[in-house]
Amino acid sequence: MSNMTTSLYNIRLLDELAEKKTIIHNIHPLIKVLTTVLYLIIIVSFNKYELSELLPLIFYPIIVIALADLPLMILLKRMLIAFPLLIGIGLFNPLFDRSTMVELPWMQLSGGWVSFLSILLKGVLTILAALVLIATTGITRIAAVLGMLRVPRIFILQLLLTYRYISVLVEEVGRTVRAYALRSRREKGISFSDWGPLIGHLLLRTIERAQRVYHSMCCRGFTGAYHTGSVSRVRTGDVFYFAGWGIYFMVVRFINIPATLGSLITGVVR
Amino acid sequence: MSHHIVLVNNLKYMYPDGWQALNGVNFEILHGESVGIVGANGAGKSTLLMHLVGVLFPNEGEIRVGEVPVIKKTLPLIRQSVGMVFQDPDDQLFMTTVYDDVAFGPRNYKLPEEEVEKRVRSALETVGIIHLINRPPYKLSGGEKRAAAIATVLAMQPDILVMDEPSTALDPKSRRRLIALLRRFTHTKIIASHDLDMVLELCERTIILQKGKVIIDGPTGKILADEVLMEKCGLEMPLGLQGCPVCGAKKLYKR
Ligand SMILES: Nc1ncnc2c1ncn2[C@@H]1O[C@H](COP(=O)(O)OP(=O)(O)OP(=O)(O)O)[C@@H](O)[C@H]1O
Ligand SMILES: [Mg+2]
Repeated sequence: MSNMTTSLYNIRLLDELAEKKTIIHNIHPLIKVLTTVLYLIIIVSFNKYELSELLPLIFYPIIVIALADLPLMILLKRMLIAFPLLIGIGLFNPLFDRSTMVELPWMQLSGGWVSFLSILLKGVLTILAALVLIATTGITRIAAVLGMLRVPRIFILQLLLTYRYISVLVEEVGRTVRAYALRSRREKGISFSDWGPLIGHLLLRTIERAQRVYHSMCCRGFTGAYHTGSVSRVRTGDVFYFAGWGIYFMVVRFINIPATLGSLITGVVR
Repeated sequence: MSHHIVLVNNLKYMYPDGWQALNGVNFEILHGESVGIVGANGAGKSTLLMHLVGVLFPNEGEIRVGEVPVIKKTLPLIRQSVGMVFQDPDDQLFMTTVYDDVAFGPRNYKLPEEEVEKRVRSALETVGIIHLINRPPYKLSGGEKRAAAIATVLAMQPDILVMDEPSTALDPKSRRRLIALLRRFTHTKIIASHDLDMVLELCERTIILQKGKVIIDGPTGKILADEVLMEKCGLEMPLGLQGCPVCGAKKLYKR
């Protein structure tokens, strides 16, 4: 039961983090969205064998997390959910692609392993970037920005309502499980024979609840457009933020920094 | 809509599962009137109120607000003048902060942000939770949620206020504050409640529902003091009209 309550807390955690006031939070949402989009494009543009080239991109989420004062462990935990998927996608690469690609002093890495690791790293970085964006901007402001960028209204609405509906669903699950736990004699878990009715009940409840929420939105003049208040203007500082990261990403994209550094150092040593 | 008359004419409603919740309800509420809707659990109060804001539509009969019938096409107009506080405040709070939640309605009407902020603050001050302005609504206590839900409707500045059990879950002081606040609200009020003492204080007129029908419609003081009638409807006289249990004195106050 306590598990349930903590996960209830967690589902809204990103929303709460988004209300903080740090340098990163104060940056214009448009700028943060654009920076994230650029970051994602850059990540995706690397081919599957470019592993070392990807490494410097780790700095973006790390620096932003540090500046925005986000709890790293919690973000990492959320990312774990996607891990099985990533592993599943990359799993067979090491089996099929056995030609040696990288010679390290202590081991040899086949092309398969390199591409597997790069899929993993790309996955981690993209998810982390998305989490960081939500945790520093908030879903409603992201939606406002998407509106400014002329993304069709229906998509934005879909995004927002899905996001909201998840928390509605989790809350209903929490209540139902609590009610069940209080009346069943089992120590923990839900008896197999009770799953059916419980899930059916849950589905009906969440649909009803979602409908009531929707009605109350309509009663307050909701017509399909989601107004999130005025968004402030982009300031010079914001532009510099974007330009700074933009330049960094470009440098990373076109210059293999780890390799260059490596050869520089070996050059000096020689 | 200069005169906010609410007219309910032979209203019948059956839930999709075949349950006849309203069975021919008739009444007319004039501008500025304040009406209590009472009745036992399951009498159909919430169902009736949901028809007034067009959340449900009648199977038979009609509802008019001012000159305007409540139908799909007129909903924007209706919802601008009728504000509804739902029975469960959780249904009414869905944004990330109390501020955003209260601002949701005014923003939908494209008010400038300064005006929105002014309304939010004054609504929150009226219900006495201005100190919670930046809290997430799902972390409030039951009573605080109730207050926030009421604020969301007040910020819309409706001409007709419809409330479903507004005083449940409020502590005595907040209940007092709510009563005082509703007394100041001079427009039409329609309040469904089990808090008969509040009805007695706020509403000059009472409608009793039973099994989806209006049993009686008349002056509150007379109806709520009628012990036989109240008993018949599964209700009890308000405490304020019962004899004092300690000293045995008759009727604490009278309207
Ligand atoms: N979604 C629904 N589907 C089917 N029947 C419903 C539904 N909601 C309510 N009812 C039924 O309609 C009747 C009237 O319900 P309503 O919620 O209007 O009662 P109420 O007077 O508000 O009661 P309470 O004082 O408990 O809030 C009840 O008998 C209830 O069982
Ligand atoms: Mg009810």
